[in-house]
Amino acid sequence: MPVPAQLQFFVDPSRCIGCQSCVQACSECDTHKGESMIHLEYVDRGASVQTVPVVCMHCEQPTCAEVCPADAIKRTGDGVVQSARKPRCIACGNCVVACPFGVPELYADRQLMMKCDMCYDRTSIGKKPMCATVCPSQALFFGTREELEELRPQSTPTNRFRFGEQIITTRVKVLAPKTKAPPPLLDVTAAMDDRPEVRHARLRVLGGAPAALPPADDPFAEVEV
Amino acid sequence: MAKIPVDELAITHAYGPHLSENVRGKTTEQPDKLVKTHCCFCGQQCGIQLKVKQNEVIGFEPWEEFPFNRGMLCPKGVKRYLQGSHPDRLLTALARDPSSPSGFRPMAYEAAIERAAREIARLQEAHGPGAVAVLGGASLTTEKTYLLGKFARVCLKTPFIDYNGRLCMVSAGVGNKKAFGIDRVTSPWADMLETEVIWIAGSNVAECSPITTNYVWQARERGARVIVQDPRITPIARTCDLYLPVKPGRDAALFAGVLSLMIEQGRIDREFIDAHTVGFDAVAEYCKQWTPAHTAEVTGVPERSLRAAAELWGQARSSFMLHARGIEHHSIGVQNVLGSINLVLASGRIGKPHSGYGTIVGQANGQGGREHGQKCDQLPGMRDISNPEHRKHIASVWGVEEASIPGPGVDAYELFRKIDAGEIKALVAFCFNPKISLPDSGFVARALDKLEFFAAVDFFLNDTARHADLILPGSLQEEDEGTVTQVEGRVIKINKAIDCPGEAREDWRVVQDLARALGRPHGFTFSGPREIFEELRRASAGGISDYSGITYEKLEAQMGVFWPCPAHDPASGAPTPDNPGTPRLFLPDSYNPIAKGAGRFYFPDGKARFVVADYRAPADDVDAEFPLMLTTGRVVSQFLSGTQTRRIGPLVKQYPEPRLELHPRLADKLGVKDGDWTTCETRRGTITVRAMVVTTIRPDTVFIPYHWAGEKSVNRVTVAAQDPMSKIPQYKVCACRVARAAAPPAYSTKLEPQQ
Repeated sequence: MPVPAQLQFFVDPSRCIGCQSCVQACSECDTHKGESMIHLEYVDRGASVQTVPVVCMHCEQPTCAEVCPADAIKRTGDGVVQSARKPRCIACGNCVVACPFGVPELYADRQLMMKCDMCYDRTSIGKKPMCATVCPSQALFFGTREELEELRPQSTPTNRFRFGEQIITTRVKVLAPKTKAPPPLLDVTAAMDDRPEVRHARLRVLGGAPAALPPADDPFAEVEV
Repeated sequence: MAKIPVDELAITHAYGPHLSENVRGKTTEQPDKLVKTHCCFCGQQCGIQLKVKQNEVIGFEPWEEFPFNRGMLCPKGVKRYLQGSHPDRLLTALARDPSSPSGFRPMAYEAAIERAAREIARLQEAHGPGAVAVLGGASLTTEKTYLLGKFARVCLKTPFIDYNGRLCMVSAGVGNKKAFGIDRVTSPWADMLETEVIWIAGSNVAECSPITTNYVWQARERGARVIVQDPRITPIARTCDLYLPVKPGRDAALFAGVLSLMIEQGRIDREFIDAHTVGFDAVAEYCKQWTPAHTAEVTGVPERSLRAAAELWGQARSSFMLHARGIEHHSIGVQNVLGSINLVLASGRIGKPHSGYGTIVGQANGQGGREHGQKCDQLPGMRDISNPEHRKHIASVWGVEEASIPGPGVDAYELFRKIDAGEIKALVAFCFNPKISLPDSGFVARALDKLEFFAAVDFFLNDTARHADLILPGSLQEEDEGTVTQVEGRVIKINKAIDCPGEAREDWRVVQDLARALGRPHGFTFSGPREIFEELRRASAGGISDYSGITYEKLEAQMGVFWPCPAHDPASGAPTPDNPGTPRLFLPDSYNPIAKGAGRFYFPDGKARFVVADYRAPADDVDAEFPLMLTTGRVVSQFLSGTQTRRIGPLVKQYPEPRLELHPRLADKLGVKDGDWTTCETRRGTITVRAMVVTTIRPDTVFIPYHWAGEKSVNRVTVAAQDPMSKIPQYKVCACRVARAAAPPAYSTKLEPQQ
């Protein structure tokens, strides 16, 4: 059974608490052979506790499949890009190098590329992927667009990304803060060129006429050492 | 004789902690059955389904129907199944044997029970009933904790029983009883979703109670503002609306300063205060000294942040105040709790829609484990062991003379002081690892050495049990059934998935076997947890935590029942078999057996109490010699003293060893770089771990998590100061100094990370 089209995968990195529930649960999925297919990294632990979970984005035109010399990577009709097929995979690692999101991994002991397949064993029988089921902060969310709009009124899903010359459309969507005119795509390489602004704790301005708020960049500025 | 029998390294090699595999066998294996139960770890008690095949737990499946977590789990919940079928699992009783290379030799279970009974009888005959003490744990089911309390008082006739909840939520318990007359969270977490402001004081929600994160952030999606009060920018603080970077141990001052501003600005609910509380004037008078400038100076929170907090909290129409060990683990823990309660009462937002207050309990049965009799001053139903009427009721349920029930004992730490002083000669400990979890643990180890007889009951050989003369193999959570009461006050059912392996026994059987061997089996002949629960229902009837209307069937059908759930209407006395329980406390029309209709709070006049929350500087405060503050806490992948989680491979890989967090400005001054071996020294001793240089902690504070043993245990250096009322230790602050270590610690070449 294909994964139903109305069930979508949304990632909201701003909710991620870095607990690694997704990583631990992923290795329990039948098709993952005891390995975790999720990448979870601190952006810069020295500066912030912000972490980012990376699942396969399931591209409409998967770069991993396009660069595969053995035609081992298939995208099923429901838009899920599967792990490399064992009989065909030559473990060359082209896909690992080419994927703009850094998702596929080569397992040298198995001579095989494996990657997030959206828990195909689960999603193809009507269940949610393991990671999105257990995620305690629901940074990983699996459900319908309507459910998402109800639960996340302050976010806009986007699934078009620019990496230099390459524009990619994906099945998985990333949640960005809602703005009046949402950008047509997320320019990932441009964002990487920006020097990240060090923000330790985001402090929203309150309604009314609040007293001066602490500076947003360093809440410990006044602490003497 | 309770000295460690052989070199600790030899014990470690024999009994671990060793690591489990990453996953069990093939994940494609089909289970024989799925058992709906709960996670064995923290107070959230997430619903989970265990996959069982041939008396082995082989995996898990999320339980999406359980209302609290709807399938969500933290990494501990995901991998908790790996604690079973573990190479370190104790399958027989063990006896101390210095001639054995591992320090212990297996012993037949029955012989071990007989020997334990002989030793207990011998020491009680020679020194009186109080020569024997019992320690329990808040990871045990409520049935087991009830039975342990009864065992100590009826079978052993000793006043000396206490439990490791003493290290967890007792400050909240005392504060709640003083202010409300009842010790429970006011509301289900679902009420948080529509609230306007959530104030999180001293709770690293994302790591210590991860499932609560989604409630907080879902509330924020709907417009709630979040205030976080913490010396560290924890994951929940990262995106909060207002971060209050409080110095460890200064919470009561912070609350007083904010309340002072609210009073000055008229942002309090006068009508509610007049109608439903007493004691406000004294609190208002006390708060006058806490001007913004003075509060800022003491707490380290800038004046403008205090004003922003008063504004946010003062203007809200609905709110949740949540706190945890960060404000409770102090020698003024109760004062800190009362300070937060004063802010809630002054706002009038309690017993109202979308508003709530409560402590986020840390241990699995933190709530239920403190209600029914293993606490040194309580009898079942949250009854007072010094109250003659309370004693009479329990004596009638137990079928004993009231006078035969001992009076109050002492807290867990005091119990070790009594062992040290030679007053207590024997100890029977269940599910408690004080050598890692009590502060200034070198003292605890020395006291253990003085015991004439020590029997430990556990499923792994924990670090304290290494001192034991006898170890009786107890049960893992999945090997028994029973109830626990989770963070919201919801009583839930733990279901048995597998039988105990080898000669291991359910803990309640061990207790009953000891009673029988002591020749006093009367009252300890239950056929199982269900029968114990039936007696517990009668014992709790009429008490504050009244479970009399709860049955196992109701728990399963409703997926939990919030106490109080009396079997009879407290007003009319009519039977109420269909009573669904009490999700929300203090509602306007609510009736309780203390106020009897006079009001909504659990006092004869029905009114809540404002209590002056008096700030005092912490014990062992900083000085020129020890200029920094050391604070301790958890990481998400480990739990308590690590007896279970340091044996689960993938959890150990996630955060293998303790690290010392310090701010780059402090690190620069000390010449410490990220990853350096760094020594933290307090007035008790030193600990050397690797540094982790992060901007997410106050530059005058360092943090070390506490889950590890031996030289990696931060509780070797924490201070044994305690709150005078709750007796909770001051884990969250002591004075220290930090320096780059001259050489790696000896353990770095001898031990695996988890050992």
